[in-house]
Amino acid sequence: MKINTPSKLEKILAAGHLAVTSECGPPRGSDPEVIVEKANLIKDHVDAINITDNQTSVTRMCSLAACIKLKLMGLEPVLQMVTRDRNRIALQSDILGAAAFDIHNVLCLSGDHQSFGDCPTGQNVHDIDSIQLIQTVRHMRDESKFLGGDDISRSPKMFVGAAANPFADPFEIRVPRLAKKIAAGVEFIQTQCIYDLDKFELWMKMAGDRGLLEKVSILAGVTPFKSVGMARYMKNRVPGIEVPDEMIKRMADTPKEKQPEEGVKICIESMQRLKEVEGVRGFHVMAIEWEEMVPEIVEKTGLYPRPSVD
Amino acid sequence: MIVADRKPIEEIIAEIKEHEKILILGCNECVTVCEAGGKKEVGVLASALRMYFLNQGRDVKLDEITLERQCDHEYLEEIRDVIDQYDAVVSLACGVGVQFMAEKYHTMPVYPGVNTCFLGVTEKRGLWTERCQACGQCILARTGGICPVSRCAKRILNGPCGGSTQGSCEINKEISCAWQLIIDRLKALDRLDDYEQIDPIKDWSTDRAGGPRKVEREDVQQ
Repeated sequence: MKINTPSKLEKILAAGHLAVTSECGPPRGSDPEVIVEKANLIKDHVDAINITDNQTSVTRMCSLAACIKLKLMGLEPVLQMVTRDRNRIALQSDILGAAAFDIHNVLCLSGDHQSFGDCPTGQNVHDIDSIQLIQTVRHMRDESKFLGGDDISRSPKMFVGAAANPFADPFEIRVPRLAKKIAAGVEFIQTQCIYDLDKFELWMKMAGDRGLLEKVSILAGVTPFKSVGMARYMKNRVPGIEVPDEMIKRMADTPKEKQPEEGVKICIESMQRLKEVEGVRGFHVMAIEWEEMVPEIVEKTGLYPRPSVD
Repeated sequence: MIVADRKPIEEIIAEIKEHEKILILGCNECVTVCEAGGKKEVGVLASALRMYFLNQGRDVKLDEITLERQCDHEYLEEIRDVIDQYDAVVSLACGVGVQFMAEKYHTMPVYPGVNTCFLGVTEKRGLWTERCQACGQCILARTGGICPVSRCAKRILNGPCGGSTQGSCEINKEISCAWQLIIDRLKALDRLDDYEQIDPIKDWSTDRAGGPRKVEREDVQQ
């Protein structure tokens, strides 16, 4: 596999290792120590750390600043960027800003609608969409040009990722949509949280049949349940997440104090099965406000220690 | 058509309560169809205001006129002979009519009586929904006749986003996902393969972003 950027994540994938990424949500304040503490919990067990970009449209410390903080700690950030809040000038500008700090991974997203967050009366921008953001970063990197056509001095060397949700509707365009992101230039994919493994395997099979899995690295997204309440919330309230009834039952049948343990167990079992799915090149472990569980999950899945690449 | 909705009467009263001679000016076009600013609504608003001023013990002149349109010189000219009888106008036209009125009668205070909402259709009596945001560069040929600019909450040109659930938008189950509609329509047209064509970054300069717009046609100018 040809290496296009100095990204550590890209190198690990190119070397054929199963990659492990995770994510940290920045604080609702300006204390950088929150990022440092969260990162320290997981840094030895993951290859790269995503910083979310005002997730669920709740205003937080910006992803770029938090990524710089990680970089200064010697860690590998993945800059999440949503197209909700910035036009093409601001997006390109922030890409250059990130590149100035040698942030080598970007995840291109559209972002939740602002009505979910703390500024529901605000405007949204959506000057470009997530697929066009993929194109934008690749254009800036590969052509050394701005969207406006002018040359960029020291182009941003970023490994370009995006999200994919195998479970959202309509299912029939889930693989064509992946194909579209690949055509736009995406190099790695972090999937939505996988609970319905049968459906995920079907999606991967369909992607494989179209020859897509050689063109992109799929990182399977997993999130451990902390409680049966969380499992039900994910099933019923989070758009585009499917949780099989038997998984809910398994959590419900577990005594309350044992539920976190059971949730982690389910997560590890899922990852063991996902490791065997053709085309899965790694994992994106989203332990939402539960970062301390990431090391155990990674270790028990046999993914520790993490490989080193130069 | 341009769809508008009635302003709360308290808001209108707050604007006009100091005036003595008020003209309520309706429009016989879009706002009549969407039952916000036609002759009937002019009558309803005038009656409510008369009752308000009566209760206040004030003798306020309130007249009702409904023009064919408020967005054309020739119809707005029809009130030139009577406008001096008033010290304020409440226009129930869309924002276009209110502004044209203000431009033409430069010293006359004019207040909006409706909120102008969107370009849309009458789905059924009492239900109007949006179809167009007048972006100035129509892409409907590529999207099966369904507009993601006006009907997707994120105006995503290459959708759907991950929030599309059972045909509904993530922001509200009662709103259809525009991209589900586009995909259904492409399927009905046997054009689903077109879904994989990436829609390019849009030129928004013909949209609101490009500043106030105009259409000038020399071929039809006198």
